[in-house]
Amino acid sequence: MEAALQGLASSMLVPASTFSDSAAKIGNVLEVVAVFFAVVLLVFYVAGKASGKLEKPVAIVVFLVPAVLLLLIGLVIPAIRTFYYSFYGATSAKSVGLDNYKWAFKTPAIQTVLKNTLLWIVIAPVLATALGLTIALMVDRMKRQAVVKSLIFMPMVISFVGASIIWNFVYNYRDSSQPQIGLLSKVVITLGWKHPPNWILSSPLNNFLLMVIMIWIQTGFAMVVLSAALKSVPDEIIEAARVDGAHGFRLFSSVQIPMIRSTLVVVLTTIMIATLKVFDIVRTMTGGNFKTSVVANEMYNQTFVQFNNGHGSALAVILFLGVTPLVAYNVIQLRKERATR
Amino acid sequence: MSAEALSADTATAVAPERPVKAVRKSLSNPLITAAVVALAVLWTIPTFGLLISSLRPARDVVNTGWWTFFAHPHFTLANYHDVLFKSGFGGTGGLFPFVVNSLAITIPGTLIPITIAAMAAYSLAWVRFRGSDAIFFTVFALQVVPLQMALIPLLRLYTHGAHIGGVQFLPSLPKGSYYPVWISHTMFGLPLAIFLLHNFISRLPADLMEAAKIDGASHFRIFRTIVLPLSTPALASLAIFQFLWVWNDLLVAITFAGGQNKVLPLTGRLAQLNGQFGAHPELLTAGAFVSMLLPLVVFFSLQRYFVRGLLAGSVKG
Repeated sequence: MEAALQGLASSMLVPASTFSDSAAKIGNVLEVVAVFFAVVLLVFYVAGKASGKLEKPVAIVVFLVPAVLLLLIGLVIPAIRTFYYSFYGATSAKSVGLDNYKWAFKTPAIQTVLKNTLLWIVIAPVLATALGLTIALMVDRMKRQAVVKSLIFMPMVISFVGASIIWNFVYNYRDSSQPQIGLLSKVVITLGWKHPPNWILSSPLNNFLLMVIMIWIQTGFAMVVLSAALKSVPDEIIEAARVDGAHGFRLFSSVQIPMIRSTLVVVLTTIMIATLKVFDIVRTMTGGNFKTSVVANEMYNQTFVQFNNGHGSALAVILFLGVTPLVAYNVIQLRKERATR
Repeated sequence: MSAEALSADTATAVAPERPVKAVRKSLSNPLITAAVVALAVLWTIPTFGLLISSLRPARDVVNTGWWTFFAHPHFTLANYHDVLFKSGFGGTGGLFPFVVNSLAITIPGTLIPITIAAMAAYSLAWVRFRGSDAIFFTVFALQVVPLQMALIPLLRLYTHGAHIGGVQFLPSLPKGSYYPVWISHTMFGLPLAIFLLHNFISRLPADLMEAAKIDGASHFRIFRTIVLPLSTPALASLAIFQFLWVWNDLLVAITFAGGQNKVLPLTGRLAQLNGQFGAHPELLTAGAFVSMLLPLVVFFSLQRYFVRGLLAGSVKG
């Protein structure tokens, strides 16, 4: 306690410039935001003068053009260019045909990356959704479920970097003769496993340990959405099924789950898309070493560490092709829903 | 925070519970309750371990597991002080400047995209024209583009500007400024923001818009005086999401602000330090907790909006 007070006291000795600089920085930022809103309002005022035939086109241009331009510059054009550069060499100077793709599928290290990615998108989303569904079903009939839900949902709001630091204290390795600081080692040693491995270094186990982090984060999302879907199943249906003799597991499998199937698919695909793009966990836990790299991380490596734009672009395109069917499926669902509205 | 206060807080917040019917009540089972509580505890232990570690003296953190804290409680706030203000590790003056950077990135990175998205969502929902449906679906489908694809072209654009036939029509951005990070977050946040806001705004009552039109209000007036005020819940939930996404982001940060401590946010700094985990784990714990503090406060105080936002995209009705 004493040390704590000392800490507080000496924090008063921080150079004042740190705070004044910070205040100035935040001041500048707020100024930029104010200017932004002032410009928007000014444009609204001027454009609002347009009347008659001009009114609608002017409104469309003012409302839509900023977003469309930003999306074109930020996403559409880069995507097209990346596709194009994936057929060019490391410095984008010379066309190399399909070499970058051959490299991706033939280099053993990259094959490992692709295999890992495949494992990730199958295992992490399925387990996270299954766990989320199980918890949603279990809490559906519980009092005080809000507390449980908040605790399980909490990892969702933590950054991947924060999560990695948290999990370092779980996976930390010390020789078993020393006092442990990693929770996992401590638990298995207590349970009688004398010499646990160095978790993060042991392939292929380390891949699954990293997936546990993703599942830890995404289960809360699946649970909240599925729980809401379960609540929207009318009580009458459940009551009727119970009168007909459906209990426990049968009630879940033949009544509740079919009723929420479309939500289930949305949750699964959403987590899959997030998993395909997973970057931060691998980056901060292992840096992609020890055979744990995935496409999103390898792409970053190739481009920003190896400076091979061709390889990086090819990996980005492979990633893109992997996500496309999932998003296409969601778009089809969305169109159906929109048509029935 | 006491457990009771927390539960009272969240009971009303997370799920606006309907009156539970007698049928469902009769089904509750102590075994299941125990299992659920066990899961919740299991889910919380890693974070709890970090919190405990961050409050222990450096020597203890390095030498003994955090669970031994309960047998030998040594409590200190020194880690927090060191990590925030001292040039304890890395020699760049602690994390405090990076917290400021995170704020400086997050405030415009949240407000600007939401404003632009709200405008686009309104026009796609209420100023219909041929092709507005196509634009809407394209915007939704843009989720497909991995961020990584856009990084290099954007980096080039920011450093060189844009030229067409030797004429520069977009200037290059000064290195070491927040602009590249703000603009990137705006671009990347737009697809989801437009999609979710469109879902909400398109369901506003048409009579209201018609009445305003008859009174001679322009689209801009309708947007400002009817649409924005009525969309507050959707805007709030989206703002929370965008805030969390920007605050927690690492990829955009290290790409567009990497290597420039003047603008690097907290996540970028922590990732650098995490690479040297062996060096000062106790400071890293305090740093991580500092980075989690604001998101956790936002989550626990605004979770009603948070959950609503999650549901907008995925559950019908």
